[in-house]
Amino acid sequence: MSDWEPSASIETLRARAKLLARVRRFFAERDVLEVETPMLGQGGSTDVHLASLSAEARTPAGRQRLWLQTSPEFHMKRLLAAGSGAIFQLAKSFRDGEVGGRHNIEFTMLEWYRPGFSLTALMDETAALIYAILPSSVLPPSVLVEAPSAPKRYVDLKRYAYRELFHTHLDVDPFIASLPCLRRLAAERGFMPAHALADEPRDTCLDLLMSMVIEPTLGQGELCAVVDYPASQAALARRHRDGHGDWVASRFELYLNGIELANGYDELIDPAEQRARFEADNAERRELGFNEVDVDTRLVAALEHGLPEGSGVALGMDRLIQLALGKPRLSDVISFDTPRC
Amino acid sequence: MANYSTNEFKGGLKVMLDGDPCSIVENELVKPGKGQAFNRVKLRNLMTGRVDERTFKSGESLEGADVMELAMEYLYTDGDMWYFMQTDGSFEQYAVEKKALGDTAKWLKEQVSYTVTLWNDNAIQITPPNFIELEVTETDPGLKGDTAQGGSKPASLSSGAVVRVPLFINEGEVLKVDTRTGGYVSRA
Repeated sequence: MSDWEPSASIETLRARAKLLARVRRFFAERDVLEVETPMLGQGGSTDVHLASLSAEARTPAGRQRLWLQTSPEFHMKRLLAAGSGAIFQLAKSFRDGEVGGRHNIEFTMLEWYRPGFSLTALMDETAALIYAILPSSVLPPSVLVEAPSAPKRYVDLKRYAYRELFHTHLDVDPFIASLPCLRRLAAERGFMPAHALADEPRDTCLDLLMSMVIEPTLGQGELCAVVDYPASQAALARRHRDGHGDWVASRFELYLNGIELANGYDELIDPAEQRARFEADNAERRELGFNEVDVDTRLVAALEHGLPEGSGVALGMDRLIQLALGKPRLSDVISFDTPRC
Repeated sequence: MANYSTNEFKGGLKVMLDGDPCSIVENELVKPGKGQAFNRVKLRNLMTGRVDERTFKSGESLEGADVMELAMEYLYTDGDMWYFMQTDGSFEQYAVEKKALGDTAKWLKEQVSYTVTLWNDNAIQITPPNFIELEVTETDPGLKGDTAQGGSKPASLSSGAVVRVPLFINEGEVLKVDTRTGGYVSRA
């Protein structure tokens, strides 16, 4: 294939267009409004593990650094605060450095927000969307049961608590294990030399074990959700206490065939907490020698105005298309992937 | 040497790991939904030939290894060292140790061109051409009439290798052999 040619076949792009139309139909049937928000913003994601791209722009305010959005979250929340009600978006999003079989620097995120929805209700709706998009041949054989009562429940979505997965696969409690124990286990099971983890915090060890040991086993022959992540991994989700009395993040990740498809939050609505998390992120960035990212002060202002309680989820649309069409690499479903863009 | 970050790791890139030169075989980004990204990398250690798996935090970097692959003709051995000469007109000679020669020892023939891997100007690996023509020095006489059955027998070649050949092959014949499989291909 010469490199002027698309990385996806025209036939695949036709199938992709049909799947996108199906997504729009799914939300139209549920009265969720399609919106478009800026790809460039004056604020960016401060998340320590997301690398933002930025551009210098000439604006009415002079030369300004604008951030390519790592997800449409901030702008969509500002719409929610302005009274939009339920909204969805197929948004081009950008994450520097992320290239691989399941990653591309520029990708399509399907993100939607449901004011008034509990995390459980949104998890069920996400499962419903996946069932609506994927052909039955790639779906788990389990039976889908839709209860007549609202909100609809899909009983075949398996739920696993983060703690439970570590117990099952690694025989360790991620909340109470000592840091030296986690480092030793992560080195051993994560193919890393012990010295490389000697200064790493708990979350790096947990992320390594999750990615290398647990994740590949998730969603094999079933659609499943992981819930109750450690509170330190809350990102922009609220926190609650789990059955053991530990603080956990009110978020879920959805897996099918070992692939992480979606990430949902019971959305943080407290502006003071939001500002504190932005600042903590940038403090950690300084400590690690990463670039600081301009905080979206308008998001904080929107939260001060008032964000309706509710849940939101971001789903990797390219990955879902990849699964639907049985393609081995993300580049197979993207017209021009990063190496040939 | 330059440093390479995990983003730049791709098949064939030569890097230093734990003091040994390695060649990247595979590199895959793995990332939990939120949190630290890692690169799961397979590397071939060029000193031992072993392929190992290693995980790096994304953005970590490794020093490049000064590794070159050059075409060289085999000249001779004095019993301790094996001597090769560059074929680019420089006539520069390299002495190669038995350890670097490895399995290629049994595929050596004068004036044939080999791929010599140099690290810091020392030969660390010799790769034979995929196909080589060698003379049969010893094999049992073929049995007439057996050719149709497609049976085979061992034959020693001038380089020291022993390969399975069809029954009709005789001593003194020159054969084409695949060095990757050690299999007989045809009469030369």
